[in-house]
Amino acid sequence: MTAESVVSITKLAKVFGKGGVAALEGIDLEVLRGGFVSLIGPSGCGKSTLLRIVGDIIEPTSGEVIVNGKPARRARLDRDYGIVFQAPVLYDWRTVAKNIALPLEMLGWDRRKRADRIKEMLDLVELTGFEKLHPWQLSGGMQQRVSIARALSFSPALLLMDEPFGALDEMTRERLNGELLRIWTETHSTIIFVTHSITEAVFLSTRVAVMSPRPGRITAVVDVDLPQPRTFETRESPRFFELVTEVRERLHASGAHEVVEEVIAGPAEELA
Amino acid sequence: MTAPAERLPRRTSLQRAGRRLREWLPAAVVFGLGIVAWQWILPDLLHIERFLLPRFSAVMSTFWTERGDLWSAGWFTFKEALGGWVIGCAAASLFALVLARWRPLGSALIPYAIAANAVPIVAFAPITNNWFGLLSPVSKMVIAGVLCFFPVMVNALRGLTSVQPASLELMRSYAASERETFRRVRIPTSLPFLFTALKLTTVLAMIGAIVGDYFGGSTEALGIQIRAKVGVSDYEYSWAAIIVASLIGIAFYGAVAIVERLVLSWHPSVRRRSD
Amino acid sequence: MANAATVVVAKGRGRDGGRRLVPVLGRLALLPVVVAVLWGLWEGYKWLWETTGWTEPFVVDDRTLPHLHTVVSTLFDPTHEDGPLLLTVLLEAAAFTAREAIVGFALGASLGFLLGAAIARSRVLQRGMMPYVVASQTVPILAIGPIVVIGLGSRGVEDWVSVSVIAAYLTFFPVTINTVRGLHSADPRALELMHSYAAGEWSTLRRLRVPSALPYLFAAFKVSATASIVGAIVGEFSSSIQEGLGGAILVYSQEYTFRPQFLWATNIVAALLGIAFFVAVAVAEKLVVRRAPEQLA
Repeated sequence: MTAESVVSITKLAKVFGKGGVAALEGIDLEVLRGGFVSLIGPSGCGKSTLLRIVGDIIEPTSGEVIVNGKPARRARLDRDYGIVFQAPVLYDWRTVAKNIALPLEMLGWDRRKRADRIKEMLDLVELTGFEKLHPWQLSGGMQQRVSIARALSFSPALLLMDEPFGALDEMTRERLNGELLRIWTETHSTIIFVTHSITEAVFLSTRVAVMSPRPGRITAVVDVDLPQPRTFETRESPRFFELVTEVRERLHASGAHEVVEEVIAGPAEELA
Repeated sequence: MTAPAERLPRRTSLQRAGRRLREWLPAAVVFGLGIVAWQWILPDLLHIERFLLPRFSAVMSTFWTERGDLWSAGWFTFKEALGGWVIGCAAASLFALVLARWRPLGSALIPYAIAANAVPIVAFAPITNNWFGLLSPVSKMVIAGVLCFFPVMVNALRGLTSVQPASLELMRSYAASERETFRRVRIPTSLPFLFTALKLTTVLAMIGAIVGDYFGGSTEALGIQIRAKVGVSDYEYSWAAIIVASLIGIAFYGAVAIVERLVLSWHPSVRRRSD
Repeated sequence: MANAATVVVAKGRGRDGGRRLVPVLGRLALLPVVVAVLWGLWEGYKWLWETTGWTEPFVVDDRTLPHLHTVVSTLFDPTHEDGPLLLTVLLEAAAFTAREAIVGFALGASLGFLLGAAIARSRVLQRGMMPYVVASQTVPILAIGPIVVIGLGSRGVEDWVSVSVIAAYLTFFPVTINTVRGLHSADPRALELMHSYAAGEWSTLRRLRVPSALPYLFAAFKVSATASIVGAIVGEFSSSIQEGLGGAILVYSQEYTFRPQFLWATNIVAALLGIAFFVAVAVAEKLVVRRAPEQLA
């Protein structure tokens, strides 16, 4: 659209292997600055693949991905985004502070700058005082917070999140949802968030993109007009339930409830 | 702000000492029983002949009187083992790094490296003696080194390649070069695997040195001395020499284990023990 | 739960499907290539060092590094006038050593397993015995060897059986260590399930712990297979047995100056024996342990 667009995806398709399986088809999506867009769909619909294509971790088969006004590859090389996975992927041999500092070290920041930024980030995710601990000494929720701090440490324009709270219990999840929204407003970032929880998607996002089972297409985009800031009360409002119902109906319309479990054929080797 | 999920309980030093004692008590008891058996049960009850196993006290007195010769022989053999160990492990680590960097080659060669490990290298001792001369320590170091090479290489390679895919994706998102990925992720991940092999190969290196000596070497070497002393029926000396070899082997292993605890203070296997 | 791994695994033909078949075929196809490369390296090294006359790390000539084809052809020479072919002699020696190694392996593995099971069962036993189990491997078997052979021999035990005992000494250790780890590796939740079935100790051992321990056991067996051969050969050295490969090595090392190829040929046969043992265990593992293969990323 205009200069306000952070991510612009046009006619994206992804096929794995020669003449293999079509994971994604005809994806068109626009994410504006300051937006919070969730991708939701059944298992295997390609939402994680889509996220990784935006991050240039996987290459698309066809179509165009523009991130921050550049091709996705350029954006990755310029480090325009941070990424958070479902597993915290923290390094046991580094303390919390050093884990957060990892991207900063790679960017060549000097010690002073790094120390200041680490402090800021720990403050942001409310983990001040935990700098010297190691990942195994933290709970799952805290590890994810460190992971988020690390992703935001170099102030990227865009934050990609792949079911970051999927491995946590419901209550921790809801709490972290609230914290994520706070962090989002404080840092003015743009977020693309993959989830398969309808309530989470509606609670967090400004827009929810509903995907169909494989080959994944975006079958609907639901605008979430709930007021900000969103709190626990928001979860109990009538409008919230309406939106959750709408998203659920869109999911069913796209064939989500017909998805059959698949047997994993072999190890994931795409990147190895 | 919430407190850390785990707080390691702080014990008083007295409690810690008490725990240490209780942990080592069974081993001490077994040790005591072993000495009793050696001194009285074996020779007197079971009539084990002197040429098989002299009485404990006899061996110990020889150990004391000949300690100078014994320790210098031990030191000589240890140097051979150490030299071989250092060379073998260094070469193996280098190879592992190269093979991990150029993956297709690495994964294709791993089964062959594992199979090569099955070759009895000790059979090569006479040949290396021929290459480097009987008296040269290099011939023994080569045997020791080759014994150490394959286990270290296989383990290091496994460690370098056992990185979680998500971790690699993270590095890709940072536009990290291969070199950086190696430095920051693969190498630290491989350290636990490496140290397991480093500990294991201390024993192999000693075996290599002693077997290498068996086929001929300086009279300084333990292996030669054990043989020679048996030849003149000085069984006490032989056994004392065997004890020296064993003690050196244990010390070697222990030294590497200590370094491991320092380097790998973050690893689960070390953490659990320090509880 | 959709995650990257599920998404990336494509039920595909072509590159991804073919990928699974390639490792097995590739590995077999690579064998002649590897042999050819090794042959080339050997002859190349020999040629280079001989032409330039370099003396480091060691002098290269037909005695220190005979041509590989000479060594192989020597296998078909008689060992002495009107005598059997070297190949025959070596194969018989290999069979002799193999018997010692197999018996030693069986002995060492069984004892190792029992010891490991006992240690896994009792904390006290673990604290008491483990240090000595580990220390036992630092005792040089080359030195203990003659003592075992003479000691058992004086009680009427045949020499080759004593060598099996020496082989067992090297074999039991990896098996003990891995038995302990393996028996302890049962998933706690699976243990609870057994408990809920009011399964007895023995039943749990049989149905859960031992199967969980199998991968560890086989890893140990692979190491022990090699150790049993090494133990047999070293045992033969120390007991001056003539019939086995160890004996052959001793004899031919004395003859090295005038016919080095014999020792080299013996080494090659010993190497092949070691590899054969290892492959046998690896094949057994594939058949017995039906589990997801180790994943390397």
